[in-house]
Amino acid sequence: MPPQLADQKPAVGTDHKPLHLKTFLMILVMIVAGPFGNVLLGKGMKHIGPIALWPVPELFHTALKVFSTPSIWLGIASLIAFFISYMLALSWADYSFVQPASSLAYGVVALLGYLMLGERVSPLRWGGIAVICLGVFVVSHTSPRTTARKPAGQN
Amino acid sequence: MRDLILFTLIVVAGTGGELCVSRAMKVVGEAAGFHPAEIARVVVRALREPWMWAGVGMMALAFFALLGALSVYNVSFVVPVTALSYVAGAFGGVVFLHERVGPQRWLGVLLVAIGVTLVFLSKS
Repeated sequence: MPPQLADQKPAVGTDHKPLHLKTFLMILVMIVAGPFGNVLLGKGMKHIGPIALWPVPELFHTALKVFSTPSIWLGIASLIAFFISYMLALSWADYSFVQPASSLAYGVVALLGYLMLGERVSPLRWGGIAVICLGVFVVSHTSPRTTARKPAGQN
Repeated sequence: MRDLILFTLIVVAGTGGELCVSRAMKVVGEAAGFHPAEIARVVVRALREPWMWAGVGMMALAFFALLGALSVYNVSFVVPVTALSYVAGAFGGVVFLHERVGPQRWLGVLLVAIGVTLVFLSKS
């Protein structure tokens, strides 16, 4: 190799690895499991009804009701599944690809609320959610890092 | 008043928690790889950071506030409103972490704010 080329490394961002099916699958899991978890939490809390936080014995009674509701635990499990798939997707693909894709979750949560809980979603709310999705997409499509890198162990 | 407290807690405690965790992780530094020993080392270092515990506490508070809001309102209203965390996150990042936020990100933040306003108007 000529000396002038010996130190050259591939420029960052020029290696276009094909996105694997597993990355798309993980993003699919993300945009379903996250909203599904929130819908299950909503279902559980609606099932419990009005909650009281005061006095202290009422707070314990409310906590007991919350954590003895199966929908709440299913919701938490679903949110954990979302978190794991998010981490896995981030380990395989760029943040600037994963995060904009996850903005669809705001639309999915309204759709699941409508389908599973029979919530009435007005056209104005659909419009607002669409603008939020667009906003999150635009926010996420910017550089994910604006500060200097530092390896572990250096303070 | 109750709604204001609940949504403020969801957005401010949630975003504040994420900022605290982010601050802790910037002190801890990047993981050198995905080897279990390296990940364990990073986790142990993270758990020694007071910012991490402050962050986890605030995120737990935000979760319980989310449960409180879901007991009153529809999920198709509550979850989109929590997108306000992008607005709080941008301001918090600038103020507390000294991050630079470009025009495109501010445009996105403005769109999120407009969208949340529309969702709020749909409440009545």
